[in-house]
Amino acid sequence: MKEIILIKGGELVLKGLNRKNFENTLITNIKRKLRDLGQVKIENLQSTITIEPVDEDFDFETALERVSYVFGIAAFSRACICEKTVEDIYAKAPVYLKDTLLNVRSFKVEAKRSDKGFPLKSPEICREVGGILLETFPHLKVDVHNPDLVVTVEVRDRYAFIRAGQLHGAGGLPVGTAGKASILISGGIDSPVAAYTMAKRGLVLNAIHFASPPYTSIRAEQKVKALLSKVAKYSGPINLAIVPFTEIQEEIGKNCPEDYFTLIMRRIMMRIAERISREHHSLALITGESLGQVASQTLPAIVETDSVVNMPVLRPLIGMDKDEIIRISKAIDTFETSILPYEDCCTVFTPKHPKTKPRPGQCEEAEKGLTSMEELISRAIDDTVYSVVE
Amino acid sequence: MGSVILMQYVYLDNSATTKPCELSVKYTLDALENFWGNPSSLHMLGVLAEEKINEAKKCIADVLHCKEEEIVFTSGGTEANNTAIISAALKGKKRGNRIVTTEIEHPSVLETVKRLEEEGFEVVKLKPDKNGVIPAESIKNAITKDTILVSIMLVNNETGAIQPVETAAAAIKSVGAPALLHVDAVQAFGKMPINPSKLGVDLLTVSGHKIHASKGIGFLYIRKGVTIKPYITGGGQEKGMRSGTEPVPLIYGLLGAVKSLPNLENALKKQKELWNYAKQKLSDTGFVKINSSDECLPYIINISVPGYRSETLLHFLENEGIYVSSGSACAKGEGSYVLKSCGFDRKTIDSSLRISFSRDNTKEDIDALVSTLIKATERLQRSKI
Repeated sequence: MKEIILIKGGELVLKGLNRKNFENTLITNIKRKLRDLGQVKIENLQSTITIEPVDEDFDFETALERVSYVFGIAAFSRACICEKTVEDIYAKAPVYLKDTLLNVRSFKVEAKRSDKGFPLKSPEICREVGGILLETFPHLKVDVHNPDLVVTVEVRDRYAFIRAGQLHGAGGLPVGTAGKASILISGGIDSPVAAYTMAKRGLVLNAIHFASPPYTSIRAEQKVKALLSKVAKYSGPINLAIVPFTEIQEEIGKNCPEDYFTLIMRRIMMRIAERISREHHSLALITGESLGQVASQTLPAIVETDSVVNMPVLRPLIGMDKDEIIRISKAIDTFETSILPYEDCCTVFTPKHPKTKPRPGQCEEAEKGLTSMEELISRAIDDTVYSVVE
Repeated sequence: MGSVILMQYVYLDNSATTKPCELSVKYTLDALENFWGNPSSLHMLGVLAEEKINEAKKCIADVLHCKEEEIVFTSGGTEANNTAIISAALKGKKRGNRIVTTEIEHPSVLETVKRLEEEGFEVVKLKPDKNGVIPAESIKNAITKDTILVSIMLVNNETGAIQPVETAAAAIKSVGAPALLHVDAVQAFGKMPINPSKLGVDLLTVSGHKIHASKGIGFLYIRKGVTIKPYITGGGQEKGMRSGTEPVPLIYGLLGAVKSLPNLENALKKQKELWNYAKQKLSDTGFVKINSSDECLPYIINISVPGYRSETLLHFLENEGIYVSSGSACAKGEGSYVLKSCGFDRKTIDSSLRISFSRDNTKEDIDALVSTLIKATERLQRSKI
């Protein structure tokens, strides 16, 4: 029996005139994900994308798993292709659904008939197919309110499809429909979640990591790459910039008042991130900040860090509790990696009593000790190392 | 990351693992190429492989002053500890319910007794004194008539402190407890003379890669007359005590390492001199705090450089080609439970380093360490918290 994958677009189906662009990007993204699994025919008809493998031995399990990571998909399923005749549907339904039905107690049949020329109307399809299945599998009961399994028969323009249930897609919008932005990633719990969240809204991601060897280790960089590679499952390949930050941190340590260390560090990170972003056509910065979580994430502190850049800073986690962030990080499988205990650049130079309520002008004043700031920043950008994480 | 070519380096992390010695590598390769038969096979290839195992056992038995049949090869220290503890607990559960151990054991002991605790055993964990040694008095007090297992390490892996194992043996005897005495000797074997029957030990754990053999091989000494059931069951290898086809190349490699051991008494004297030298030079800096006591096994010296985080120092030393261990994981980590249990303060723990020696280390290595530490304190900024 020939099988197919059916994909229902998410929010993009609500788009107006540019809906086609969204759909095309989604199809490109799906194609890219499945490229190494063999040849497939992808079609987009009546707000459903169908993936029809050309080869007999197509690996459906792997394909479905990969589809589950693609943003822009509301639901997807594996289905059996039937000819558009009642005979073929009646013959294939009990055979195709056998394994699934043997594992449930109750079911119901739903029908969708987009070809109104089909001889049976939807309720009739339900009744007839339901009857055949009950007859073949006497242990089953029909339950229209709370069935273990919903069997769906879709009669479309060229074929009819039979499927058992469907899976939730990753939601969101196709990556690439919203432009490109840069995530500032430290290696903690929050930034990978922020990256995921923004990729979900259709952004292509660049990533920027600040490394301070020997205060931080090669393990911290490996950790960042491991985290990004988990995010890349959803977002696609991520360009990573690793910025050498030791000298800057040491200069801050020597020349600035201690309670401003973190604030000044973050302001310089933002400045560097903005320049790298502009060079690589990122339109915005993304951070994993959550309001009030730590001293540098109070509102006055955010005002100070934002004031040094002329680029929007997206903070998708700003209103979330730590619990909520952790829940997402577990769902996207970054949590276990995030809690690996390596020094990152934020922990070493932490002041004892960081400034939580800087007033306008105070940071500028505190930064005055850094007379060679421009040079330091240029040098860090020049020595930045780029790689691609997939 | 590609392969790392270590040009010139000073390796001072020998309690983590050691570099396999020449003879160990040679023997391993020899067995891989020439003695690859299954030791259980009836044909000649099997016999040849089995001979290698017996040869290794004989040599190890000589070093430990024990009988060949008292040696059971395992995949390493962790498996030997697991086997000893689980098997002893299962054996003793009809006669008592109490297990005595210490707070400073290796995780392969602590996690295993934790499992037994969840199964209903009463587990008593003794605390060390400031020198990292479990006081004899508390060992005596802890061992009761219903104690079925006492598990104490011979040498602690972080501080080098030598534990009074013979006190435990005497206490078991005088109380008349049904307890077996298990000793984790991973950090001691090959570095100090050990005679398990003189010590009164029933079970003793050894790991190969701490004495210049390969990872993946170790053994459990089981005193003759002690009947415990195996932890890993199967084809009945190692007289049924440890099933699984014997890794002949690793066992033969272990033989190479054991054969290469120096005279332990002499080596220990020499090592003590090196340790004293290290302590002197490190103390002379004025900023290094020595956490190990003078009575420890001189193959480990635990130090702190207050104001500098372990991990930062470790990476600084690494950049200069010097390899050591950080006592604590990092600022976010919990810090060393061993040092905490010994009563050291947070500052000391967060800045601790473990320097651990092998017989190959020299005074020059220590000079390099000390001068690099001085450089580190000049170059690095002190952490604020």
